Amino acid sequence: MQMIIDGKTVIAEEGKTILEAARSNRVFIPTLCYLEKLLPIGSCRLCIVEIQGHENPVTACTTKAFDGMVIETNTPRLREMRKQTLGFILQTHPMDCKLCDVAGRCQLENLVKEYGAEPPMPKRAHKAEERPYSTPAIRYRPDRCIACSRCIRSCREVVGRSVLDLSGNGIGAKMDIVAPERCISCGECLSACPVGALTHANLPDGVSEGAKKVATVCAYCGVGCSFELNVKDNKAIKVTTNDYVGANKGSLCVKGRFGYGYVNSPERLTVPMIKKQGVLKEAGWEEAIDYVASRLAEIKGKHGADSIAGLTSAKCTNEDNYVFQKFMRAVIGTNNIDHCARL
Amino acid sequence: MAGLAATLGSGAMTNSIEDLAEAEVMIVIGSNNTETHPVIGMRLRHFARYRGTKIVVIDPRRTDLVEESALWLSPLPGYDLALLNGFAHVILKEGLQNKAFIEEHTENFDAFKSVVEKYTPEYVETLTGVPKDDIIKTARMYATAKNAAILYCMGITQHSKGTDNVKAVSNLALLCGHLGKPGSGVNPLRGQNNVQGACDMGGLPDVYPGYQKVHIKENREKFEKFWNASLSEVPGLTVVEMTNAMHDGKLKAMYIMGENPMLTDPDLTHVEESFRHLELLVVQDIFMTETARMADVVFPAASFAEKDGTFSNTERRVQLVRKALKEPGTARQDWDIIGGIAAKMGHPMPYEKAEDIFDEMRKVTPQYAGLTYKRLGMNGLQWPCPDETHPGTPILHKGKIARGKGLFAAVEYRPSAEVPDSAYPFILTTGRDYYQYHSATMTGRVRLLKEYCPESFVEISSEDAGKLGIQDNDWVKVESRRGHVIARAKISDKVQRGVIFKKFHFAEGAVNRLTNPVLDPTSKIPELKVSAVRLEKYNGPAVEPESQGMCLM
Repeated sequence: MQMIIDGKTVIAEEGKTILEAARSNRVFIPTLCYLEKLLPIGSCRLCIVEIQGHENPVTACTTKAFDGMVIETNTPRLREMRKQTLGFILQTHPMDCKLCDVAGRCQLENLVKEYGAEPPMPKRAHKAEERPYSTPAIRYRPDRCIACSRCIRSCREVVGRSVLDLSGNGIGAKMDIVAPERCISCGECLSACPVGALTHANLPDGVSEGAKKVATVCAYCGVGCSFELNVKDNKAIKVTTNDYVGANKGSLCVKGRFGYGYVNSPERLTVPMIKKQGVLKEAGWEEAIDYVASRLAEIKGKHGADSIAGLTSAKCTNEDNYVFQKFMRAVIGTNNIDHCARL
Repeated sequence: MAGLAATLGSGAMTNSIEDLAEAEVMIVIGSNNTETHPVIGMRLRHFARYRGTKIVVIDPRRTDLVEESALWLSPLPGYDLALLNGFAHVILKEGLQNKAFIEEHTENFDAFKSVVEKYTPEYVETLTGVPKDDIIKTARMYATAKNAAILYCMGITQHSKGTDNVKAVSNLALLCGHLGKPGSGVNPLRGQNNVQGACDMGGLPDVYPGYQKVHIKENREKFEKFWNASLSEVPGLTVVEMTNAMHDGKLKAMYIMGENPMLTDPDLTHVEESFRHLELLVVQDIFMTETARMADVVFPAASFAEKDGTFSNTERRVQLVRKALKEPGTARQDWDIIGGIAAKMGHPMPYEKAEDIFDEMRKVTPQYAGLTYKRLGMNGLQWPCPDETHPGTPILHKGKIARGKGLFAAVEYRPSAEVPDSAYPFILTTGRDYYQYHSATMTGRVRLLKEYCPESFVEISSEDAGKLGIQDNDWVKVESRRGHVIARAKISDKVQRGVIFKKFHFAEGAVNRLTNPVLDPTSKIPELKVSAVRLEKYNGPAVEPESQGMCLM
């Protein structure tokens, strides 16, 4: 179907909302409570647009587009309304961006800058607040909560746990933890938070500034979730996700999101070791490789290739596995290769 | 895997996580996916809540997914095959089978039909304890749905008749034509992150990369030429057979890359003794595991965070792993360590980077032939992908079953190798915890995860606990014919009377001291899900679990 957005004729798929139609045509309409994987609720009022022939603006995320629709997304009237809406949020939301871990990536901060929003009334002295959360992996600061309910709806709609709900109303509305015993620490809520109300509990503010994100794949179960390992000073400091990639589309479990710490462990093996008089002692690479190669050759010579076996690994890469079985088959000369697929 | 390869011609998950959304009915049997494949577990909950998918959970334990399910069937461990044949019986009796599909796409239907004839709902109820109405209801739901999928996991395969269990699952899909379309299929959920890839790469005793059998001359000649080496025509030993061969003195040396059999294999006491017979044990790992401690040589390897390469997930999706960190100390890439030894032994493997290996591999692996690092990109691609223009294959058996005709299997129920008796009156079954992973080498070092799951309890029904005078948190001694462990009891409504459950992650109170190493004759999978044990309150000195090392998070 055809519609006109900001004076441009565009094509959109039947059944889409105005917001979806706009985004598929690269027209950006601001949102805070909207997440593509959640049912739209139109509560933040930032995605308002004007439809020709209608007096009042409507929320683009909850209004279906139709053929021949003429829409404006960025009129002075809309901009003024959005500025006011953002101002109301700022009345209670602290402006301690310098202290906030999501500074620079905060959706609210970016919109406030773009619209030049200000709180409508003088602000009372702000008191930072922290409330125990349903998992120790996440820090909850209710003073930063903007009641967009993305965390609540993610927990309900994506994870199916319903740990969170909204309490209070109007300007006092906040997310609240209503069923902590149902929480599985998956962090879907954390990744849904557009501001810094939910943050990684293990990270002091500001630590992730300057971290490098490397897109990779989780090393736990067979689902093979995609995520970004955030690294700084050669340490993994946190895991973030992208809603649009991989088999998991941004969802993770507790192990995927919070279980990476072992890679930084001081107990990691760092040097080869050879057992001497019953005790494993540090050795050089050259020495260890020589030793293994000569012992394998000796055993093969004495007892035949089939006296040697190898276990390859379902934790290692395809490349590691290919090389390992090639080594056992082509160099040792045996098919005695298996791994723990059966266990 | 062996089961599906025989009946359908491919041992992998037939469908994709995403297209399971199209299922009207989903049978989840022997898969506690909330804990073992959590993101799939989340999707299933979502489907049940927002798409109206009717989920039938078949599990001896009341798993988490039961709360979102339309129906929960709880046979005793070891009776799945009788139940599956019972469904087939009902479908045939009521004429709900897909006659056109059976005619066009299958063979051996008559033999199958005559076997399931005696599995009436009444008979199956007496065997399994599942009410006959539930058997009939499930069979009808599955057969009459437009799209219906079956998901299964180790609860089906870790039995001495695991291959037959899998074949009975595949029978149902063939019977109703629930194959080769979205929201359907036979879907084994693979446990480890790259267990699919390790199999695809020929990390198995009977096949080269791409499941090309080693005993077939043409395959062997192809690889001899490609690798410039002479190769053995004798299929090798499987993991449990290796342990026995060590014990018998036939196996002298063992090279282990990134595995911890000293915790994950059945009958650990026997495993430990067998490893002592070795002349040489080489272990390559990221931590000093239980197995590495026994080694003659230990090599420090890179973890996934320090690697470039690929993993293949449970839905056959090959995805790029990217190096984010520098290896600790002098640790090296797994393939590089192996390459170093190979070169010393006169067979250099001069790879510079992981991609070189991938490009060599895909030349001899038809399923991966069309994959390149560049094409894998952010989302990966699903094999088979025969050439570089092929878009990958999200759904197997579309239009035609890989094997040609789907093979109905005439499989009879038979009891597990060990059934409860007066000396060992309980069935022990094992599994995983959401907060831990396999032998806990990785998760045991993350404080958050250890806090949630510091040790593994023995789950006991309140009825049995009452009879034995056991209270929550009491120490209990669990004993099988192979050994005993002492652990704390947890009285739980998740298990039924006569069954106890324990997770296998921990070295302390390792449940695999108890499990039965008897193997399925085809797949060689041990019967980890059913062992006969006895249970008593333990009044000896307290056994506090020792620390598993430093926690970091």
